[in-house]
Amino acid sequence: MKAKNKKNKMSFQKFKRYIPLYIMMLPGFIYLLINNYMPMAGLTLAFKKVNYQIGLFKSPWSGLDNFKYLFLTNDAFIFFRNTILYNLAFILLGNIVGILVAISLDTIRNKFFKRFSQIVILIPYLLSTVIISYIVFAFLSGNNGFINKSILPIFGIEPISWYNQAKYWPVIITIVYLWMTFGYSSILYYSTLIGIDKSYYEAATVDGAGTWAQIRHITLPSLKPTIITLVLLAIGRICYSDFGLFYQVPMNSGLLYSTTQTIDTYIYRGLLELNDIGRSTAGGFLQSILGFTCVLTANYVVSKIDKESSLF
Amino acid sequence: MIYNNKVFRFVMGLIMFLLVMACILPFILLIASSFTSEVALTKYGYSFIPTEFSLSAYEYIWSVKDNIIRAYGMSFFVTGVGTLASVTMTLLFAYPLSRHDLPGRRVLSFFLFFTMLFNGGFVPTYMVYSRIFHLTDKVWALIIPYLLMNAFFVIMVRTYINSNIPTEVIEAAMIDGSREFNTLFHIIIPMSKPIIGTISLMTAIGYWNNWTNGVYFIQTRRELYGIQNYLNSVLSNIAFLQTHSNPNIRITELPSISIRMAIAVIALLPILFAYPFFQKTFVKGITIGSVKG
Repeated sequence: MKAKNKKNKMSFQKFKRYIPLYIMMLPGFIYLLINNYMPMAGLTLAFKKVNYQIGLFKSPWSGLDNFKYLFLTNDAFIFFRNTILYNLAFILLGNIVGILVAISLDTIRNKFFKRFSQIVILIPYLLSTVIISYIVFAFLSGNNGFINKSILPIFGIEPISWYNQAKYWPVIITIVYLWMTFGYSSILYYSTLIGIDKSYYEAATVDGAGTWAQIRHITLPSLKPTIITLVLLAIGRICYSDFGLFYQVPMNSGLLYSTTQTIDTYIYRGLLELNDIGRSTAGGFLQSILGFTCVLTANYVVSKIDKESSLF
Repeated sequence: MIYNNKVFRFVMGLIMFLLVMACILPFILLIASSFTSEVALTKYGYSFIPTEFSLSAYEYIWSVKDNIIRAYGMSFFVTGVGTLASVTMTLLFAYPLSRHDLPGRRVLSFFLFFTMLFNGGFVPTYMVYSRIFHLTDKVWALIIPYLLMNAFFVIMVRTYINSNIPTEVIEAAMIDGSREFNTLFHIIIPMSKPIIGTISLMTAIGYWNNWTNGVYFIQTRRELYGIQNYLNSVLSNIAFLQTHSNPNIRITELPSISIRMAIAVIALLPILFAYPFFQKTFVKGITIGSVKG
């Protein structure tokens, strides 16, 4: 007993000098507990019949009722389909455009134009989705929009009420997404491109390699690690969507749900607009679990391909 | 860089030019439309050239300026307090994590890192803040949820400290009797200025642009709205412009078509003017994120 006490005391002496460090970490620790770990525990709400009157903790368990209720209608299919298809389109087109723009930034020799382009293409990425939705509105507004008033009449097409017709939105959302993010992805790719040793290109030119051969055999292979990282990070987030892009940009228009409802807008609407807590918790539960699975899978795949680029 | 093919270089330059235009023109559309008279807008719609110059939208906005000034004030307050608190917490968490001798370092690192892999999602987070901590309709709801500490930034700072500040420097300070807080403030922080600048900027932009916390947590006290939420409400309901002040102006007199654009311009200009000054740091913040922490 005595010996044990002594040992404890010694390790406590050693431990004591770290106390200030633990105190430093305390605010962040508490924040992670509240902001991240408590909601994780809150996922159990998906198996409860939430009743605010009796409180979250005392609400009765309801087994899989919320999930049955979620899959009762076609909604779940629609929002899962939308979320995943949009993300696939974003991954494919976003990276192609990003690479293309990075190469064209790299091609420009005029210093001023190059610098100016780098500054300007990041502006859309800097702005909030609220501002973006104003810009989209200026183009698409039914009565006064630029497209309806200035573009369509040139071709003799009748005005289209964009905010009421779901079929146009897959294209609109994709264009808006690309507009918002191409600066970001091209800057990422460009920062890899400027690291390529110029002597490769010189040697290739001496050997008579054309532009296309240079891109195919030098540029693209050196971008490969960046491409893999970005694609896999995006696949890890394939069950998530930008709430603003799908909620605010279509102006929360109910007529557009078939092509703009994603998992995030569904959960939000269910919880705060329709008071349909059961379905929201069930949808959120699936999103968290699937999201976690996707992150782990993506990371596993990347660690197989290229150990260096994996996250853990 | 080499690509000598003239046609290729021309096509690439052209693509870049068109994209630059695509990034500039929408803003010109907003600005031009905001200076166009209501009559011309009804007739010709939003356009790049003001067909009939008018300041009526701005005159109207001037009459409800109190709302806009308050919304700006809220945005500045939330951004300032949020960024300060966030960067402080990030540094306080990152420095101990960078210390290889800290007992429990691996567990704490995992505790942080796991939040990047798995999260409870919107519903439980909303429940925690609104039902357990009762943040609904409080200004803290704009500062605390989601934004206060980003695990990714903590890892960035930790990595920066580990790779730029030699352990010997910290050890020497400890031998000289420096306390941990002194070491943090007098050695770590001065030597980490570049990374602190970067994460401060990224955090500030995050707070400035955030509008979801306002949508989620501000339900009745609309006077807490920052500029983003204010804009958001005006876009879906132009009458919102009038709430809280000037009840004497009738809604029918609103030059609603040009006002929408004018108010977007007012929200847009400050960040556009500030952007050239922080552009370099912004790019650094973006590219540093792509490098593994």
